[in-house]
Amino acid sequence: MIFNIARKELKSMFASPMGWIILALLMFAFGTYYLNGVNDYFEVMSGAIRPAERYGVTQFVGQTVYGLASFIMLFAVPLLSMRLISEERRSQTLPFLFSAPLSLTEIVIGKFVGLLTFLSILILYIALMLSTLNIWSDIDFGYIVANSLGLLLLVASFSALGLYFSSLTSQPVVAAILSFIALFALMILDRFFAGDPSNTMAQLSLMKHFQSFAGGLIDSGDIAYFVLFIITFLVLTIRRLDADRLRG
Amino acid sequence: MSNITVEAIELTRLYGGRAAVSDVSFNLKKGEVLGFLGPNGAGKSTTMKMLTGNLAPSAGSVKICGIDMIENPKEAKALIGYLPEMRPLYKELTVDEYLTIAARLHKLSGKHIKKAVDNAKARCGLSHMSKRLIENLSNGYQQRVGIAQAIIHSPMVVILDEPTVGLDPIQIRDIRALIKEIGNEHSVILSTHILPEVEMVCDHVQIIDKGRLVFNGGIDVLKRTRIGNKLLVGFNGIPQIEDLLAIQGVTEVEQLEGGMMRVRFAEGENPSRSIVETSVRKGWELYQIAPDQTSLEDVFVQLTYHDAGAELAAA
Repeated sequence: MIFNIARKELKSMFASPMGWIILALLMFAFGTYYLNGVNDYFEVMSGAIRPAERYGVTQFVGQTVYGLASFIMLFAVPLLSMRLISEERRSQTLPFLFSAPLSLTEIVIGKFVGLLTFLSILILYIALMLSTLNIWSDIDFGYIVANSLGLLLLVASFSALGLYFSSLTSQPVVAAILSFIALFALMILDRFFAGDPSNTMAQLSLMKHFQSFAGGLIDSGDIAYFVLFIITFLVLTIRRLDADRLRG
Repeated sequence: MSNITVEAIELTRLYGGRAAVSDVSFNLKKGEVLGFLGPNGAGKSTTMKMLTGNLAPSAGSVKICGIDMIENPKEAKALIGYLPEMRPLYKELTVDEYLTIAARLHKLSGKHIKKAVDNAKARCGLSHMSKRLIENLSNGYQQRVGIAQAIIHSPMVVILDEPTVGLDPIQIRDIRALIKEIGNEHSVILSTHILPEVEMVCDHVQIIDKGRLVFNGGIDVLKRTRIGNKLLVGFNGIPQIEDLLAIQGVTEVEQLEGGMMRVRFAEGENPSRSIVETSVRKGWELYQIAPDQTSLEDVFVQLTYHDAGAELAAA
């Protein structure tokens, strides 16, 4: 059932030009950064005289592309998640889902999985693109795996939050703006506490937890943070939809 | 028991202390078409939302074929097809795509989906619209798509909220025929405020006003109150009222505008034959005689404004 809802969301996403345009634009951006990264690598590394300054091509190109990806997703995910529920609310199609034999949990998780599947296309694309470096070099696949997992968890968190904000309003644009602001605040939260990295508030920052993945480290603590973040917002979304049924 | 498809027990819905629906109870049997009537804001849509599990009742319960909507919503919802007042259509999809999704969400298995979609399209006259985007369909065809998604999984109960609103007369006729056809196999609940529609398609009528059920009975009961013991008679040569009263069975005569007269007669008598004979004998030049029907609108107004429901339901 979750699968059927996800399928329906994907169909809607690809039925409008929006999905295709976002995919194309993002792939173009990632491709450009990849190309620049490869070009810059030789320039920078030929200038690096001491061996300590030299590091691998995977990391050099990878951090450019994944750095851009985490930043660009901040804009892309709210644009994609905004219509998940608010659009249905506006065009009054929610009763279609509510009167089908589905639980609210299935509906919400289905929508989440649908969006995540769409975004996974991009993550997979980045991973494949970086893997092509292996043709003429010996690259660090562990680094790519860690980054892909990190990026997946990051966009999953973005999607969960976006889904929640989408359930709050019947105006997709309002949902997009609200989720963008919330995500932006959560991303840069650790900058405000740069002087005191052990501060609890700094621990809430999404970026802080992404950083270990960006360095190629899979930390179970960070995974737990992202998973809890996702579950929290999915539960909030389910409760919000349930309130519709209870309060009308 | 097995024959009852919908059972509403003391349904109540409060909105901030104001009751939108209060104490609505009824049963619906298999193969019946139930018409839900009421003025705007009477609580028709709210009741329907509660029946389909889109809205939780403040009190009371709904049972679909014996399955409680609140305790087992999934099983109960599987037996219902619902078309809300606002058609829940994904306009960016084609008719086929949309109906396939509807079939899938109602847990039809892979090989049955295509058959169900084709069947629903054929019944709603949509077969030649398969590849069209729903967005580009006319209002009437969109309505048919809405009905098609409600009947795609052959539910036990089909609930349609104002299915003929905003359609042209030919489409209305088609959709009424469709509702009648559906009503042969499934139970149908439909809401409307078009009274002749109820007379044409429904077996059972409920009139709801300010959240309360004011009439619940068969369509024939409603029709009987409509006809009454009255005749409308027209004469060219106006007779004396006393002469008419002298005719066997006539109890009351009322002079109307334009030479017409309303003649009331006692229960079980029909003085029309005597009136015609007397007229010929006395040269009153009778040109019209017909049963005087109170319009359904009058019955409706009477019910909703004078709260005469109790007496009527007893009749």
